Amino acid sequence: MTALAPPPGHRLRWTFTDGLTLVGRELGRLRQEPGELVSMLIFPAIMVVLFGYVFGSAIQVPGGGDYREYLMPGLFSMVTFTAVMTLMMRVATDASRGVMDRFRSMPMARLAVPFGQTGADLLAGLLSLAIMAGAGLLVGWQPHRGLIPAAEAFLLLIVLRYALGWVGVYVGLVVKNEQAADQMVPLFLPFTMLSNSFVPTDGMPGWLRFLADWNPVSAITAASRELFGNPGVPPEDAAWPLAHPVAAVLLWSAALLVVFVPLSTRAYTHKGR
Amino acid sequence: MADPIVVAEGLHKSFGDVQALRGLDLSVPRGTVCGVLGPNGAGKTTAVRILATLSDPDAGHARIAGHDVVREAGKVRARIGLAGQHAAVDEKLTGRGNLRMFGRLYHLSRREAHRRADELLERFGLMDAADRQVAGYSGGMRRRLDLITSLILRPEVLFLDEPTTGLDPRSRGEIWDSVRELVADGTTVLLTTQYLDEADRLADDIAVIDHGRVVAAGTPDELKATIGDRLDVVLEDPAALRPAATVLNALAGTDPTMTGADRLSVALPGGGLRLADIVRELDRAGVAAADVSLRRPSLDEVFLRLTDRKEVL
Repeated sequence: MTALAPPPGHRLRWTFTDGLTLVGRELGRLRQEPGELVSMLIFPAIMVVLFGYVFGSAIQVPGGGDYREYLMPGLFSMVTFTAVMTLMMRVATDASRGVMDRFRSMPMARLAVPFGQTGADLLAGLLSLAIMAGAGLLVGWQPHRGLIPAAEAFLLLIVLRYALGWVGVYVGLVVKNEQAADQMVPLFLPFTMLSNSFVPTDGMPGWLRFLADWNPVSAITAASRELFGNPGVPPEDAAWPLAHPVAAVLLWSAALLVVFVPLSTRAYTHKGR
Repeated sequence: MADPIVVAEGLHKSFGDVQALRGLDLSVPRGTVCGVLGPNGAGKTTAVRILATLSDPDAGHARIAGHDVVREAGKVRARIGLAGQHAAVDEKLTGRGNLRMFGRLYHLSRREAHRRADELLERFGLMDAADRQVAGYSGGMRRRLDLITSLILRPEVLFLDEPTTGLDPRSRGEIWDSVRELVADGTTVLLTTQYLDEADRLADDIAVIDHGRVVAAGTPDELKATIGDRLDVVLEDPAALRPAATVLNALAGTDPTMTGADRLSVALPGGGLRLADIVRELDRAGVAAADVSLRRPSLDEVFLRLTDRKEVL
């Protein structure tokens, strides 16, 4: 009996190919569960209505302007931040069901799994941003500064999403348990709320405002507002990340990647158990 | 016997204060089925995880087809298949989708991965369910899909970690049939189980492990022979239990166990005693027996004896 020998290939190429296979896996799942796609479509609509018309009916935008114009960059940040939860759940589910062990017992590139899973999430991220943008356009939001800055804003959102995804991978690998990961999801809610996404940070008590100002969610929201030309751009004398939001988002992304890519890789290859 | 394809020497592994393995030795000849038998927590899964490169031993070493599981993990991974207690497949995908995805991850070409998926589905009777989502599969079907997923690369060594735990009798039978087919193809199988009949039916050799060490090894028959034959006596009158026990003790050298209100059972030391002698001895003591039988011990009894657990009445 001869084993089917896998053709020899460059490690990097296999990491990439394996990653693409895992992206294909996500597409396959979506095809099997069209319901998931429907909820992906409905969620932004609900958020826009809930925040735009419920909160929007009572909130004054600082410096004037339409609340829904102010809100949309916040909602973009919110869906971006969900990458942490999505990937944490994905990875923890794979780990608790033994799928991760199967990957690890296979002769595949060591980095393919975390890279593939974060890569696959980018597709979901693009899709959810597109849907959210569509919902925004329907209620009167629009980018005012032209195509290039708008594209830059979406690019920044995607970059941060990718970096945040690695946080999710790491937490999922450490937790290794579907139920435990599920219970952790609500813990992430404060991260999106404790920011300038829905209300200005000016009115918060000092210590809370400090946390909100330095939250990466605030930075990406401020960057989007600036690049889309939406109201609520922080004044020059705001905290550093809000006064320089684009630089802050890039720094945050780089920092998260520098910390969590090695941590996740180590957790994935860890053989102590 | 051919040269061993799986070799473990002095494997140690601890998790905090718990010593899961304390010097485990194992040797599996090519093309055979080795049953690793042990109670819960004996170290079966830990041993498999080390052999399958998922975990590193604290001490000792192991080789698969001559390749060290720690230093040459990549070469080992290309030669093994692993199917575990959990059906390690993506429940959201179809059966075919899973096999194709794992085939691609094994670096088969797209065409080859598709062909291999169809071949395996056909051969192991899952073709009818191939395009259904795995979430809707029965427990037995999932386990079979898990098993064939580990066969994509035609592994030289297949590790099955409690492959039938929690399955109904029919599904167990189907898994057993699949394993027998693989062995006919020349695959070496290392199977952990807590079901003795499973080891009895499938394994050429059995290693009984307890407290992280092999406490006995051999063919099922050899293991049964080590504890001698079993004598069962059913009495006509339960009141004769005490004199009957005295007779059996004198014959066997140990106290018999009560297996019912009117019955006793005892292990006999290897050979020499004939049924007629036993009946005569009981007669002499005035014990009327309704039934006296001498039989080979079940693997259960061997197991309980070897793993030093209390005999179950």
